[in-house]
Amino acid sequence: MEKELLKISDLTIQYSVENSVCQAVNHVDLKLNRGETLGLVGETGAGKTTIALGIMGLVPDPPGRIVGGTITFDGLDLVKATKKELREIRGKKISMIFQDPMTALNPIDKVGDQIREVIELHNKGMSKAEAAKKACDTLELVGIPAERYDEYPHQFSGGMKQRIVIAIALACNPELLLADEPTTALDVTIQAQVLELMNGLKRKLNTSMLLITHDLGVVAEMCEKVAIIYAGEIVEYGEAEHIYDRTAHPYTEGLFGSLPSVADERTRLTPIGGLMPDPMNLPKGCKFAPRCKKAAEACKEQPVPLVEIAPGHFCRCLFAEEKEGRYE
Amino acid sequence: MSNLLEVQNLKKYFETPRGLLHAVDDVSFGIPKGKTLGVVGESGCGKSTLGRVILHLLDSTSGSISFEGEDVTNPGKTKLSELRRKMQIIFQDPYASLNPRMTVTQTIREPLKQTGGLSSGQIYDKVDAVMETVGLASRFAESYPHELDGGRRQRIGIARALAMEPNFIVCDEPVSALDVSIQAQILNLMLDLQQERELTYIFITHDLSVVKYISDDIMVMYLGKMVEKCSSKGLFAEPLHPYTKALLSAVPVPDIHHKKKRVLMTGELTSPINPKPGCRFAARCPHAKELCLKESPVLEEISPGHVVSCHLVREMNH
Repeated sequence: MEKELLKISDLTIQYSVENSVCQAVNHVDLKLNRGETLGLVGETGAGKTTIALGIMGLVPDPPGRIVGGTITFDGLDLVKATKKELREIRGKKISMIFQDPMTALNPIDKVGDQIREVIELHNKGMSKAEAAKKACDTLELVGIPAERYDEYPHQFSGGMKQRIVIAIALACNPELLLADEPTTALDVTIQAQVLELMNGLKRKLNTSMLLITHDLGVVAEMCEKVAIIYAGEIVEYGEAEHIYDRTAHPYTEGLFGSLPSVADERTRLTPIGGLMPDPMNLPKGCKFAPRCKKAAEACKEQPVPLVEIAPGHFCRCLFAEEKEGRYE
Repeated sequence: MSNLLEVQNLKKYFETPRGLLHAVDDVSFGIPKGKTLGVVGESGCGKSTLGRVILHLLDSTSGSISFEGEDVTNPGKTKLSELRRKMQIIFQDPYASLNPRMTVTQTIREPLKQTGGLSSGQIYDKVDAVMETVGLASRFAESYPHELDGGRRQRIGIARALAMEPNFIVCDEPVSALDVSIQAQILNLMLDLQQERELTYIFITHDLSVVKYISDDIMVMYLGKMVEKCSSKGLFAEPLHPYTKALLSAVPVPDIHHKKKRVLMTGELTSPINPKPGCRFAARCPHAKELCLKESPVLEEISPGHVVSCHLVREMNH
C-alpha cells in the first residue's frame, strides 16, 4: 500500500486586486505519496507557484488568501496550522527550491553560513561547529567541495548557485520538496547535471517531490505522476503514461502540439490559438472552451467536473470519454 | 547559390580589467538568401555578440562582413543608414526591448519616422498593414506594452522590425521568454513571413528543438568558436563534435519511452578571457587527449557542408 504524504482537497486561493478578485487556484485536488515525484505542468499564470506557496503557508496575505479547502500533510491540515507550527515544518519537513538561484541566495552571506542557518534553526541545541560540519556535508552531497564554504554567491556560476539552493533545501532531510522551475534559468547541459543530481538525491533520501515546470521534457525524465493545470484548475491528472501516451484533455494535446521536437522530422507546429483567460474574469463553463476546437455549447454552460476516465486517470472534459481506443 | 550575407574570420574581443575577452573568435559562414542559419550555444558562448557585430551595433575587432555582395565591414554613414533599414533585429525580452511610455503604434512608427521620405498618411497606412501582418488586432493600437501579454509584445517587436521591409533579420532568442503555446504561434508566424517575403534569418537560441524547427543550417558555438556547422537535418542525424553530442543528449525529450544515452559533461564553461591555446572544449571533453590541450583544432569539412573543429573527429566517428 502506497503511503500518502500530501493530500490537497478543494484548495481555492484568491488575490484581491482593487475591486475585483483574481481566482488564482480553483478547487484543486492533488495527492502525493511518499517517495513519489508529481509534475505540476502549466503555463505562466496558471497558478502553479501559488499552489506551492499555499503548501508552504507563504501566500502573501494581503492580497492573497486561501479561501477554502484543505492541505493535509502527514496528518496535519496546513491551512489551519498556526504560524508556529508552520515555522517548524518549513525548511525541516517541507522545503522549496526556487526558480531563480541568482535571487534566492543572500548576496552578502557566505554560502556555507546560509546552509548552516537552516540546520541551526531546526536543530535546537546543536552546536555551531556541529551545524557547520553538517553544512559542509550537505555541500559535498550536491557536488560542491566543502572548501568553498566561505565563498559568496557571486563567486559561483548559475548551475553551482542552484546546487547551493538545493543544498539549503535538503539540509534538514525534508520529507517533501517543492521544486519551482528548478532548472528553467539554466543551460541545457547544466540542467542535465542538476536534474541528474536531484534524481539521485531523491532516491537516496526517499524525498517526495512536487516539481513545478512548464517543460514536458523535464517532467518525462523526472516524474511518475503528472497534473496539468490550466487557469487555476487541474484539467488532467494521472500516471506519466496516461498523460504522455493516452492524452485525454484538448489542452494537454495542445501543449504537445506546440512543442518542436528534436527527435522527429520537421512538421508544422499546431499551437493552441488565443490566450489564457483573465483570472479576474473566468468563463463560467470549461475554462479552456474559448480556445478549444472541440468546444460545444454544453461546455460553456456549466463547470466541467474532473472525471476518472480510467483507473487513476482523471480528465476535466466533456468529450474525454468519447475518444475511442485509448485503452485498447 | 550566392549568399546574402558572408562573414569571414570575424573576431570581436572586449577589453576587460582581467584581459581580452574573446567573445567571437574567428568565425566564418555564409547564408543564402531566404534561408535561416540557427546559432546555438550556451549562455556566454558569444552568439548574441555575433548577431550584434553583424548588425554593426558593435564594431568588429577584425574580419570582414559582406552583405548583398558588397563589403560592409566598415560602412560609411550613408551606407550604414541603408544597412540599418535592410538589417533588423528582434530581441529576446519583449518586456525590456519596448519603451514602456510608447503605445503600440508609436513604437512601430518610430523607425519609419527616422528614415524619412514618407508622409504621415503613408506611415499610418504602413503601421496598420504591418500590425495586421503580425496578427495584432487594431484595438491594441493605442495600448501600452504593460497592458499586453508576452506573446503580443513580441509581435510588436516583430512588427517594428518588419516595418522597415528588411531582407535580413537577426532574431536573438525571440521566443525564449514565451510560454510554449505562444512560442509555437510566434514560430509559425516567423516561418510564414519568411516564405512570403523571402526573408533571411539568423536565429540565435539555446533551445535545440526550436532551432531544429526553424533552421536550414545550424552553427554550434562554444566559447566564441564555431565548433560545428551543418544542415539542420544532418546535425541532428549525425552530430560529430563531442560538444554537439553532449548538447543534443542533454535536451529533455517529452516522451516517456525515449531511451537516453546521455553524455554527461563535467564542469562548466571556462573563462573566455585570455583563453589558453588548445581546444576550448578540452577541459570538459570526455575524449580529450594531450594534443587537444596544446593545439587549437581547425575547421575541417568532413562531408559536403558539414564542418567540424575537433582533432579527434575522424578517430571517434571512424
